[in-house]
Amino acid sequence: MNQPVSNAGVRPVNPGMAGLFWAVMKRDLMLAFRRRSDLLNPLIFFLMVASLFPLGISPEPTFLEQIAPGVVWVGALLATLLSMDSLFRSDFDDGTLEQTLLSPQPLFLVVLAKVLAHWAMTGLPLTLMAPLLGVMLFLPSEGMTGLMLSLLLGTPTLSLVGAIGAALTVGLRKGGVLISLLVLPLYIPVLIFGAGAVQAAVTGLPLGGYLSLLGAMLALGVALAPLAIAAALRISVSG
Amino acid sequence: MSEPLLEVKQLYCERDDRVLFDNLNFSLNAGEVLQIEGANGSGKTTLLRILSGLTGNYEGDIFWRGELRSHARESFNRSLLYFGHQPGVKAILTPLENLQWYAAMHPSIDAERIMPALEKVELRGYEDVPCHTLSAGQNRRVSLARLYLSDAPLWILDEPFTAIDKQGVSQKEQLIQHHADQGGAVILTTHHELSLGERLRRINLNQPGET
Repeated sequence: MNQPVSNAGVRPVNPGMAGLFWAVMKRDLMLAFRRRSDLLNPLIFFLMVASLFPLGISPEPTFLEQIAPGVVWVGALLATLLSMDSLFRSDFDDGTLEQTLLSPQPLFLVVLAKVLAHWAMTGLPLTLMAPLLGVMLFLPSEGMTGLMLSLLLGTPTLSLVGAIGAALTVGLRKGGVLISLLVLPLYIPVLIFGAGAVQAAVTGLPLGGYLSLLGAMLALGVALAPLAIAAALRISVSG
Repeated sequence: MSEPLLEVKQLYCERDDRVLFDNLNFSLNAGEVLQIEGANGSGKTTLLRILSGLTGNYEGDIFWRGELRSHARESFNRSLLYFGHQPGVKAILTPLENLQWYAAMHPSIDAERIMPALEKVELRGYEDVPCHTLSAGQNRRVSLARLYLSDAPLWILDEPFTAIDKQGVSQKEQLIQHHADQGGAVILTTHHELSLGERLRRINLNQPGET
């Protein structure tokens, strides 16, 4: 008779979970450091986007001050999007992605570690660079904390959501444009609340509400996005 | 009771409106080596990808130790060593780092065994060199070093001998023989003539049916 698969018993906690997480992160960070141009790309893009606005529209401080929150956030969003495509691409090309999918380790953790490493290489530097752009765009100094905090909470969500798109399109030869179409609509709530938080900080309104919403989106992303990414990777490799 | 390790029942696969195989049945016991034969494009790689669980585009049932594989996913993955078309070697990592990562992904592997394994595939002295500076054959060897590392009973090897020199091939053949002697099972595709004696069975995808 068929014995039902039972999970009722105590499942031994794998002592290597943290080790696995760290090993995957370490590998991805190492890969990123050995390809430094990939590391600099989003940062330079971010800087360029933000510096084009004063040139293209108006260098007037009062005007720039108004658009600064939105410009910095849009720049960070586009820079993240730009870097998303490469997240699984090289793993897919050299077969390490297949090996990852066939390993007995939980894919959820592996994927989460990869996204975290990606964030540490893009979202975190973008966040650290944002005040510089804020100053460039005459963002009032009261807005700086709001800018940093909102980016710190928002960019990991951007990485997580973007990774879903990257996972879905990794099997396609030209996934670059498709990724933007898939992911951009999902980025919009993060953008609205992120830029809103900076706006609120500038005008002296409380930030709590915006930051809580960004945090909630991040929590939802951490819990659910790795599942979607793992499923998407299986589909992409299967094709 | 000797239960087959892997059993395939009525496997059917279609790709781009072309039937690759239909009603394919076979089983693989411990100690056996199964060579998949067939012309280029006959679906050898596709079959291996289906057997390893990478591709889900098939109909039919695959059993692992008598249990439906989709129910025994974790134990199956633990018991599988897959060597694919792409060797799974990161070009900008060194052989050592590549294998360390593999060991991290497979908790049963003892990291102490990485250096001896590299020695076995004659990559001692290259362990700290980025893989992109190594030759194609050496890159394959990095991946083949996993054969010395792993305790997995089931090996699925897709063209393992490509770009490997003669001496390396005979060494790998001995390794496969040894693995089968130890009670392991191997499924592989290759255009080499294997001299494995009675352990070897062949399935030809161009002439379906039992062999």
